Amino acid sequence: MSPQTPQVEVDPVRVVPSEMGRSLERADGVEKVTGRARYAIEQAPSDALHAWLVTSTVARGRVTAVDHSQALAHPGVVAVLDHTTAPRLEESDNAELVILQDAEVGYRGQIVALVLAETSEAAREGAALVGVTYAERPHEAELREDNAVHRPESVNPDLPTDTEEGDVDAALAAAEVVVEETYRTAYESNNPLEPHAVVARWEPDAEGPVLTLHDSTQGVHGVATALAPLLGLEPEQVRVTASYVGGGFGSKGEPHSHEVAAALAARAVPGRWVRLAVTRQQMFAMTGYRTATISKIRLGAHADGVLTAIEHHALEQTSRIREYAEQTATPTRMMYAAPHRRTTHRLARLDVTVPSWMRAPGEMPGMFAHEVAMDDLAIAAGVDPVELRLRNEPETDPETGLPWNDRRLVECLERGAEGFGWSERPSEAGARLDGEWWVGTGVASATYPMMRQPGNQARITALPDGCYAVSIGAVDIGTGARTVLAQIAADALGCPVTTIDLEIADTTLPSATVAGGSSGTSSWGTAIVAAAQQFRADHGPSPDPGVSTTASAAEHRAAQTHAMHSFGAVFAEARVHRLTGEVRVPRLHGVYSVGRVINPRTARSQLLGGLVMGLSAALLEESWRDPRFGHFVTQDLATYHVATHADVQDLRADWLEEDDQLATPMGSRGIGEIGIVGTSAAVLNAVRHAVGIPLRQIPVTPDQLVGALPGS
Amino acid sequence: MRELTYLRPDDAAAAVAAVSGDPEARFLAGGTNLVDHLKLGVARPGTLVDVSRLPMDAVEEVGDLPGPLGTGLRIGANVRNSDLAADRRVRERFPVVARALLSGASGQIRNQATTGGNLLQRTRCVYFQDVTTPCNKREPGTGCSARGGHARYNAVLGASEECVTVHPSDLAVALAAVDATVVVLGPDGERRVPVADLHRLPGDRPQDDTTLRHGELITAVELPDSPGARRSGYYKARDRASYAFALVSVAAALDLAEDGTVREARIAWGGVAHKPWRATRAEEELRGRVPDEEAVRAAVRVELEAAETDDQTAYKTTLVEGATVLVLDRLRQGGPR
Amino acid sequence: MDAELTLTVDGRRRTVTVDTRTTLLDALRERLDVTSPKKGCDHGQCGTCTVLLDGRRHLTCLALAVAHDGAEIVTAAGLGEDGALHPVQQAFLDHDGLQCGYCTPGQVCSAVGALDEAARGCPSHVTPDLGEDVEARTLSDEEIRERMSGNLCRCGAYAGILAAVRESAEAQA
Repeated sequence: MSPQTPQVEVDPVRVVPSEMGRSLERADGVEKVTGRARYAIEQAPSDALHAWLVTSTVARGRVTAVDHSQALAHPGVVAVLDHTTAPRLEESDNAELVILQDAEVGYRGQIVALVLAETSEAAREGAALVGVTYAERPHEAELREDNAVHRPESVNPDLPTDTEEGDVDAALAAAEVVVEETYRTAYESNNPLEPHAVVARWEPDAEGPVLTLHDSTQGVHGVATALAPLLGLEPEQVRVTASYVGGGFGSKGEPHSHEVAAALAARAVPGRWVRLAVTRQQMFAMTGYRTATISKIRLGAHADGVLTAIEHHALEQTSRIREYAEQTATPTRMMYAAPHRRTTHRLARLDVTVPSWMRAPGEMPGMFAHEVAMDDLAIAAGVDPVELRLRNEPETDPETGLPWNDRRLVECLERGAEGFGWSERPSEAGARLDGEWWVGTGVASATYPMMRQPGNQARITALPDGCYAVSIGAVDIGTGARTVLAQIAADALGCPVTTIDLEIADTTLPSATVAGGSSGTSSWGTAIVAAAQQFRADHGPSPDPGVSTTASAAEHRAAQTHAMHSFGAVFAEARVHRLTGEVRVPRLHGVYSVGRVINPRTARSQLLGGLVMGLSAALLEESWRDPRFGHFVTQDLATYHVATHADVQDLRADWLEEDDQLATPMGSRGIGEIGIVGTSAAVLNAVRHAVGIPLRQIPVTPDQLVGALPGS
Repeated sequence: MRELTYLRPDDAAAAVAAVSGDPEARFLAGGTNLVDHLKLGVARPGTLVDVSRLPMDAVEEVGDLPGPLGTGLRIGANVRNSDLAADRRVRERFPVVARALLSGASGQIRNQATTGGNLLQRTRCVYFQDVTTPCNKREPGTGCSARGGHARYNAVLGASEECVTVHPSDLAVALAAVDATVVVLGPDGERRVPVADLHRLPGDRPQDDTTLRHGELITAVELPDSPGARRSGYYKARDRASYAFALVSVAAALDLAEDGTVREARIAWGGVAHKPWRATRAEEELRGRVPDEEAVRAAVRVELEAAETDDQTAYKTTLVEGATVLVLDRLRQGGPR
Repeated sequence: MDAELTLTVDGRRRTVTVDTRTTLLDALRERLDVTSPKKGCDHGQCGTCTVLLDGRRHLTCLALAVAHDGAEIVTAAGLGEDGALHPVQQAFLDHDGLQCGYCTPGQVCSAVGALDEAARGCPSHVTPDLGEDVEARTLSDEEIRERMSGNLCRCGAYAGILAAVRESAEAQA
């Protein structure tokens, strides 16, 4: 080990951009275009045992028997684990992770056994041959307005469940214009292209880690921290790596039950590597999803569209075995000015798999509802939708009263409108038929909170020849972290990016928080800056090779004094076929205020990717749960549609030049999520404008449109 | 997936003998649907008889077909979907066939999938593909989960109590519109089956997609030339712009008199029934008329008098009407194929 | 039941013993440690496992290995000559037609195959006139998008991929 100074906490100062702002090519691009990049399952040695999961076929009940005999008779099958034979776990209040410990079944698709075999073919067939019998109990798996009555203690991550200010009912009674409607979003599944997978080994007598996991995760330290106590280990005894991760979109943000299954399987065969790949179908049941939402919104306004009252009741669902409350109404608390406001969240507690984070949890469905409601208000008040938003711009954060860090929504809307040609838009809906296609345009605002997570450390070590090792357990799930963190480190150290040797994605490195909440670059980058600045203070401009500094950043004090958010405006053109109701989106443009953009190339890709996912949600995506069975029956990529190349046409993402020092010493805020926020609303608003039908749910598909079109 | 015996006979007769003599044997061609089903547990054969290398891979001119002209094309069952769609003769004389193929699956899958296999692919009903749910087609007698479940793809014509699913092939719909014939080799020799009679309605035997007997092998498809086939087209309405199964699809072949009236219209629908649905009543309605939007809508409505829909499928009648208008309008206008 | 077969993978002749149930994808990934083709869905619904098989783009998840004895396979790792990147791969880097990288080897192989199909005159669903000659050099954006639609990208790198494939198409003689 290189000599290290003890870890210190540093209040980092502004970094002068030099490498930051350059469109550097992805540091791992060559590995990725050749396929040489090795993802989790590809770390398995050739003699690893193959694990295959057996999942419940009832939504609620008890396992009464598990017959291993046929599976064990199948050539190549080595072992079957079930709740009677699996290694024991410590107690935990996270029931999602406590698997194979008792006979209880809390949702359809829950792990009830697993098979270990010498080949994947034997493991798959072995799993099919495990005979599980159940005592089934009645279940409830359907979200309705009348069963979403549970009031959670808080909503994700720890926000107030309900808020109220002023007198909403009185304001609505007095309002000259009132909108009162219900907006719905569908269940969505994250579906990163790389299925969740783990390669695990348990070595009880090893000097190093007892459990090693090569995992597909958005946070290596988070996995170690969550799994260690379950397994009776210290976090240091669990080593987790995630060298390449094929997307996550929130579904790899927290460990799910398959990671526990892999650890149990490895523990059952100490010293042997075990590989566990979740199938695409299993992903729909065990790796998280976005709850469907029902937003009941009431807006009251003066005749000119200036809001007086905003009310947003979010109805959604959670799993009876573990609560997750999507923070759907939270963006409504800060988006627009109005003296009278109320938001609530209520959940149906169902016998279903556990919902979790999916790109922009809360903001995505919440802003969909609010921004389509704003379109309803624009129509009701006879005000242009862009102008309506400008009229409702708050001077300070309506929720906290704090000043904004840098709210530039107005600029985003104005610049976007100009680039899009918004002024040419006919005010009437259903006014333009171009050949066989109805044409319309729509707009929506976007927002996402700026977050810098505590708990990040970075280490800077001097290497020979003026180079530096920069180490942090961050993960690049496709965001470009591997590229961008090196740019930050270079500027923080005042040296070229070519001198930076970045090490990430391993719990043996200084601890890092999750690649999620659009907080990765802010959190890790700030820690790197803190470490680099302390390194210079410790070791000067010409350090001896081998010297090292580990540091973390001091508390983010500006987050207490300012309302920290990013903003954006999304403009969409939609075409609806007059005979078939098929929808195309020829143009989708976003303009964003996200702080300094550290690498325009990777940033643009992330923002465009968010637009694509928002478009996909608007038109295609639905995990359709069959309440009779309790599981999603659209559980593969042929029946759960995500956007293809052909669904995406002219996409643009632009941003304002910024340097937000209240946010981070890099001046950046975070870009991973805001691209999906508002996008589905902009698309639906454009469809509404094209055909003049008051649509209020997504996905909007030809079956909803074809019979309702003008002239049909 | 059960353990498999893999056989690759040298000729079609040996392949037929191998499968017909073993109730647990299945033919394997491109594999795009069967391998999928092996993994899902939907199909659990003990033996696979690989016919993909049999020399049934040519598109040939033939002169002895039934039909007004007698000429046509004979397409070997192993001709890949992509090759068939790219064949100049098919593009000019049977554009509906090329268009249907190109609207199906993806470039990779079209390189892999065969002509015979395409016709024999099975429904994409989510319950058929999920072995943890009841399905009369997969497991007769267990019930039909698609009724009252995820139903928006369900049939609106010709369904039975036992099964409400639809056939997924685009090619089959196109072939139905050009009166193609399937050449079948069985243990007792060769027979010819009109494509319209190849697939069946579910009735009380939804497990049988087709009228083929176990061990019968499609060796070729014959396309008879006709004036209508040259003026033919396909439209596939779907959620996604590409790489998706049809909500509904329309194949049509139009033979117009010089005054613009219909001499003969052949219309087949996909996504509405357990088999490609020849809209023969609509065809009759259109005979002798100018196929403008009004006439087509009226004709389609006659055909759809027999339709049975629910909340989730009611749109299909409107959609198939719109798509039929769209296709016939394009064909009437002429222009590019 | 096991079977021994020979595959040429990225120019190397390889002999491998497989289960008759082994897919070509699993033969490559699990038995030959050729992990460039990725497994995204295992059911022919995403395109990540695309390789060039006997010169054409082909899924490997829906192919049984035993049925492809003797096949010549080129993966994204073997596309370039002498360790260099294939021009399509370079174009993907230049236009950032990737994020997480998991679909990328399949996208790259699919793009190479699609351009070859266009060069051979194969039409697509969006080819305006089936009677016209198709050529790779003049493919419209709509044509490229349609031809690449068998490869899903959940990160949504489609704009960069389109630019990369268009540049590669235009560079074709």
